Amino acid sequence: MTVEMTQTRPATGGFDGHGEGAALTVKELKVYYHTPTGDVRAVDSVSFEVRKGEIMGLVGESGCGKTTTAMAILQLVQSPGRIVGGSVELDGIDLMQLNSAELRDVRWTRLSLIPQGAMNSLNPVMLINSQIKDAIQTHEARSSSAELKERIENLFQLVGLPSRVYNMYPHELSGGMKQRACIAMAIALNPQLIIADEPTSALDVVVQRVVGQTLLDVKRRLGISMIVIGHDMGLMAQLVDRLAVMYAGRMVEIAPVKSMFAEPLHPYAQLLIESIPSIKERKPLRLTEGLTHDLRTPPTGCIFQMRCPHVMDICREADPPLRELRPNHQTACHLYEDDGTPIPHP
Amino acid sequence: MPPLLEVQNATKLYGGSLLSGGPVTVALQDYNLTIEESPATITAVAGESGSGKSTLANLVLGFTSLTSGNIIFRGRNVKEMIGQERMQYRREVQAVFQDPYAVYNPFYRVKHVFDMIIHNFKMAHNVRDGREMIEDALNVVGLRGEEILEKYPHQLSGGQRQRIMMARAYMLRPRLIVADEPVSMVDASLRAMILDIMLRLRDEEGISFLYITHDLSTAYQIGDAIYLLYQGVIAESGETTSVIENPKHPYVQLLLDSIPVPDPDIKWGSEDMATVDDEEMRISVDSGCRFYPRCSQRFDRCLELTPPPFSVGEKDHQAACFLYEDKR
Repeated sequence: MTVEMTQTRPATGGFDGHGEGAALTVKELKVYYHTPTGDVRAVDSVSFEVRKGEIMGLVGESGCGKTTTAMAILQLVQSPGRIVGGSVELDGIDLMQLNSAELRDVRWTRLSLIPQGAMNSLNPVMLINSQIKDAIQTHEARSSSAELKERIENLFQLVGLPSRVYNMYPHELSGGMKQRACIAMAIALNPQLIIADEPTSALDVVVQRVVGQTLLDVKRRLGISMIVIGHDMGLMAQLVDRLAVMYAGRMVEIAPVKSMFAEPLHPYAQLLIESIPSIKERKPLRLTEGLTHDLRTPPTGCIFQMRCPHVMDICREADPPLRELRPNHQTACHLYEDDGTPIPHP
Repeated sequence: MPPLLEVQNATKLYGGSLLSGGPVTVALQDYNLTIEESPATITAVAGESGSGKSTLANLVLGFTSLTSGNIIFRGRNVKEMIGQERMQYRREVQAVFQDPYAVYNPFYRVKHVFDMIIHNFKMAHNVRDGREMIEDALNVVGLRGEEILEKYPHQLSGGQRQRIMMARAYMLRPRLIVADEPVSMVDASLRAMILDIMLRLRDEEGISFLYITHDLSTAYQIGDAIYLLYQGVIAESGETTSVIENPKHPYVQLLLDSIPVPDPDIKWGSEDMATVDDEEMRISVDSGCRFYPRCSQRFDRCLELTPPPFSVGEKDHQAACFLYEDKR
């Protein structure tokens, strides 16, 4: 571990993910995609926070707005998408108010990204070391090449890469090693928050476990907060401290991971957890109808009403707000009273 | 009665020829697989990316040809089929692919998918018969024609598209459906529906499946038999329940151990895991066990000889590992 890192990150070792204070606060975020027949509400009034030193998981089906949320946090939403409203606060700074020069200073030094399919994001004709140097030198004052080399080798050690990778090209590495090189790059400038978009989706289970454990190790040793986007509930159970479930652009449930798996409250979260295939016992498959509404014209009321097995009249009239129904466990569903007791339903 | 499908000593090499040059990649080596005529079964073929499972699907579907070995369908060598017989084979062996977004031509309505096969296989004499046939096939997968036939593919969800592909395959009344990762791009909450269709087609219509997947848990949930591939070689095979519940080959043990448990209270085993560059490992064609570089229980013998399958349990449970040699 480099000297700078230990200085700026006193909290090393024994991080349990329940550090106080928020590293990132997202409020009422709205991102719409323009189409000729109306706006698609990719992210609609999403609010959440990521606490210091925790990994927050963001799950939901493809197209539910997970990646768009991440891009909005990074202020990287591209046309035809646009951020319509809300705020994204990183350590007291509202990223929405920054101009492009200021954003450039924040990106990578305070906020970095491990993009989807990160292993294909490496430049195939550049050595791994020059790509990492590139990232460091763009954001920092020049340092001697010996210093840089030592720093990069420290990073490699941190993510479990052998030092010979320093002089290798991306095609010489396996998928898991490329992914770890991307993690090394993401932590190179010691950011407060890393957003990892499907960090293990293209890897097989054995390598997925190695990469997952690398992320956990980085969190434990550096105390970096992370948002991990994915759809594999098994992986989430292993990796994250808190879990947020999105459906069709809305946040439907946020809870500590143990509470989420022990007692999912929203019918969609229940469905996600019940449909995890098991390797311990063979059990009958659980089926649900899969009709989603047109994202351009969301129905009045609850966003999940068309697939919900317990839909009630009120679900078609009023949009359920996100309420804290259990300690730290928020759910947007009409099936519960304000104090969290379930309402009898059909 | 001959088996429905028999793959005998199938070997497929890529590269290394006069024209393409470069090192030889062994995609599949001495692969054997049998699917019985009846009862219909779901045979799972699982392994990590690059283990040769899609190569097997492509070989069975006739997209690529074998370097050596044979594929026998109901007693006839597929290589020797020509003309009418070949057409019949194409009809009886259907495919469902991984990506339900890429298989549709975005310019045509959904019904084009069905019209095309009705036309190509001359299945209906008039439009009404054809329409009835389509409706019938869609009902099997829980869809209604009026809902989807006039739509364009982009208006449907991934799960719906994959169900339509199942209906398309079913409409031809095949004997075997090769399903290459049919649920890996379908949303988790909708996977069960696709898997259930496979089970129902097996039980009610007598259609066998060759289910290619990297996901051992779905293979366990619906598979009757399983073949686990490691770098083109069968590491372990047998009845799905005995293989998954009682794995013998060190690779399969590692694989099952690595599947993240969907329970935050049970953490991953934390022993240090060394991964080796895959590229380094896959050059050699003949010498020794392919899992040697990563194996925790290796011994010298493993480098000298390629382990043949040894019987390790009841029925057909076999593992290609010298650890089980003396139990033969």
